[in-house]
Amino acid sequence: MRHGTAIAGIGVMTFLALIAAAFARDAQFAAHMWVLFFVLLGSAVVLLRNTSFSPAVPAVDERSDYMDGPIRYGSIATLFWGIAGFLVGVVVALQLAFPDLNVEPWLSFGRLRPVHTSAVVFAFGGNALIATSFYVVQRTCRARLFGGDLAWFVFWGYQLFIVMAATGYLLGITQSREYAEPEWYVDLWLTVVWVAYLVVFLGTIFKRKEPHIYVANWFYLSFIVTIAMLHVVNNLAIPVSVFGSKSYSAFAGVQDALTQWWYGHNAVGFFLTAGFLGMMYYFVPKQVNRPVYSYRLSIIHFWALIFLYIWAGPHHLHYTALPDWAQTLGMVFSIMLWMPSWGGMINGLMTLSGAWDKLRTDPVLRLMVLAIAFYGMSTFEGPMMSIKAVNSLSHYTDWTIGHVHSGALGWVGMISFAAVYYMVPKLWYRERLYSLRLVTWHFWLATLGIVVYAAVMWVSGIQQGLMWREYDDQGFLVYSFAESVAAMFPYYVVRAMGGALYLAGALVMVWNITMTILGRQREEAPIGGAVPALQPAE
Amino acid sequence: MSKDHIDEVTGIETTGHEWDGIRELNNPLPRWWVWTFYATIVWSIGYVIAYPAWPLISTATTGVLGYSSRQDVRAELDAAEAAKGGYVEAVSGKDVADILADEQLRLFAVSAGAAAFKVNCVQCHGSGAQGSAGYPNLNDDEWLWGGSVEQIRLTIAHGIRFAGDDETRFSEMPAFDYLEASQITDAANYVVSLSGGAADGAAAERGQTVYAENCAACHGDGGKGMADLGAPDLTDAIWLYGSTVADIASQMRAPKHGVMPAWGERLGDVTVKELAVYVHSLGGGE
Repeated sequence: MRHGTAIAGIGVMTFLALIAAAFARDAQFAAHMWVLFFVLLGSAVVLLRNTSFSPAVPAVDERSDYMDGPIRYGSIATLFWGIAGFLVGVVVALQLAFPDLNVEPWLSFGRLRPVHTSAVVFAFGGNALIATSFYVVQRTCRARLFGGDLAWFVFWGYQLFIVMAATGYLLGITQSREYAEPEWYVDLWLTVVWVAYLVVFLGTIFKRKEPHIYVANWFYLSFIVTIAMLHVVNNLAIPVSVFGSKSYSAFAGVQDALTQWWYGHNAVGFFLTAGFLGMMYYFVPKQVNRPVYSYRLSIIHFWALIFLYIWAGPHHLHYTALPDWAQTLGMVFSIMLWMPSWGGMINGLMTLSGAWDKLRTDPVLRLMVLAIAFYGMSTFEGPMMSIKAVNSLSHYTDWTIGHVHSGALGWVGMISFAAVYYMVPKLWYRERLYSLRLVTWHFWLATLGIVVYAAVMWVSGIQQGLMWREYDDQGFLVYSFAESVAAMFPYYVVRAMGGALYLAGALVMVWNITMTILGRQREEAPIGGAVPALQPAE
Repeated sequence: MSKDHIDEVTGIETTGHEWDGIRELNNPLPRWWVWTFYATIVWSIGYVIAYPAWPLISTATTGVLGYSSRQDVRAELDAAEAAKGGYVEAVSGKDVADILADEQLRLFAVSAGAAAFKVNCVQCHGSGAQGSAGYPNLNDDEWLWGGSVEQIRLTIAHGIRFAGDDETRFSEMPAFDYLEASQITDAANYVVSLSGGAADGAAAERGQTVYAENCAACHGDGGKGMADLGAPDLTDAIWLYGSTVADIASQMRAPKHGVMPAWGERLGDVTVKELAVYVHSLGGGE
């Protein structure tokens, strides 16, 4: 029977969700379990309508030996969640500028903000990472994904995690841990999915036909393993009831804060840096058709990066109850992290040596190069902001928001867009993208959006920091907090416009990718620029 | 690993491996990269020697500079205290009326009060002390509970209708809902006419009697109010809950009573005095 295991599994889960809804100890848990029940019920119905009892014939695609189904779905999910996340981002940006846009209680800033961060980091970024890692590991190992339909479980299980996390936020269910807001039962589900992901990825590496493991896979693997560790430790908690939404962390006080920022910083380090470096190490050399610049650099910066990153978390807690010694260590490890981070930038950019002219004609490559440039910029800015003297001005201000977005919009967003542009024509066996000129539009809309966003947040962040620390001769505060909030208004309006530009670029991409999948090709003049032949070195 | 593959474009050898068409050049680490990496490591070693860094069993290394963020804060607070140069003790030792008499001390108290106002008072009274509907404007010369600096201090220290303070300012205008609707409208017209507002002349005339029988006891025969009772002056253009006939009629039927917290215990005597001097200086102090 087709989908037999899936239908049985979902059926059991649907029943359990119904029981949990019936015995719920709090209204939020009940509502959340009803959401789960209907999502699972819908999935079961869809599967039942598609099942058949004819003898199982293994589906064979003669065009490819690789398992590309979950990657196709993952590419679409990346774009879907990307648009959702960017849209909520623009909404929360507008809520900050115009507080009347807060719709209590479900659509207030406090609930929508984690929807935005989780949607862009975990839904958009996470789907991009899962899809590209499946794509890359198969091709660089010359092996089909390990575990058969387990890859499908990873894909759909991860989508269920996203839906449960986001609906939980809207219902007001949160652990109040930044980037780890989902409550205990959603965390448990993600743990199951993540272990399955690890099994698929490691299994594929074990059965590889290449003698060596390609560098992209080191980065992907370090991302998967470390995220598993961070997720489990930071979310250690005791639920109040197995039928309740509330839990209490295993840690308290400053230990709790440090655990949270050990997690939070390494979510940036291993999710948003190491994972996407894996993406870079495959798609840049493929797109530019040149060898990776330096094998030795890739080894050294990989090990230095993963060793140093894990200690840098305390720089999120400068000038707090965290003991001075821990603050010092967090800071010096962040400073030492500068060059290991830049090793990735050098290897990415220098891979273009001998083929820089392709930037004139290939907008997908341009997205990649811009992504690497923003990666370099934000991995310089990060260590700089970890210096205590700088941090005393920048901390708690919009500067941090600007820093995060130059990394997220610039590096994570652009490299993911480029990877999807690269993969989609190959996954659907199309000759080329629907339109390269639309990619150029996307490039400029997104670039303009990022520059506006980051520049405005620098100005507003530094102004905020200066206003908060402004004392008169006798030691009295010159500005009230409310005055600093009022002063942010013009910046918040322009920031929302920057975000809207970025969203507009992504919508152009959705159109382009949709048409590509449908097999259309836009008739357009090729992008100009002379294409000189590669010259041998002297 | 075989080293026999050379990249044609750069003439540099590759590592000999190939994954899905991707090769790797065997370039050395860029020198500037290595030296900058070393420099950050050397700097870090120096920093951890200079500052508290390594955890021990029950304490941590203190660093040769003897830095501690708690000492740092202490020093900054002491410096700020020193910058206030004895003024704080002077404020503490004097009545608010005496502070007003000492111009130097008054100026100090005004800046100190302004800073405290920004943190504690702007939420209701506005960053310009301009107030809003239900929250009095502090820039004008109408004072519900009196505008002398001592009266203002009492109001700040004990609040208004604040349940947690025995000495709080307390008054409650009764609800005149037992009057006929027409009587209320008439009285409201009369009250509006007191400040020269747009009132129905005939109704205002009828309302005068209603006013005399029901309202004058607190608001006075001429409507000038009584600060001892917290009863507002009705003859000026300043209105807490609106100036139209409808607003006033509604306040007569079902009066709203604002609450202001008592700040004495929370902010302390000195800050309350400073706030009183600041508010008194805004333009309407008596």
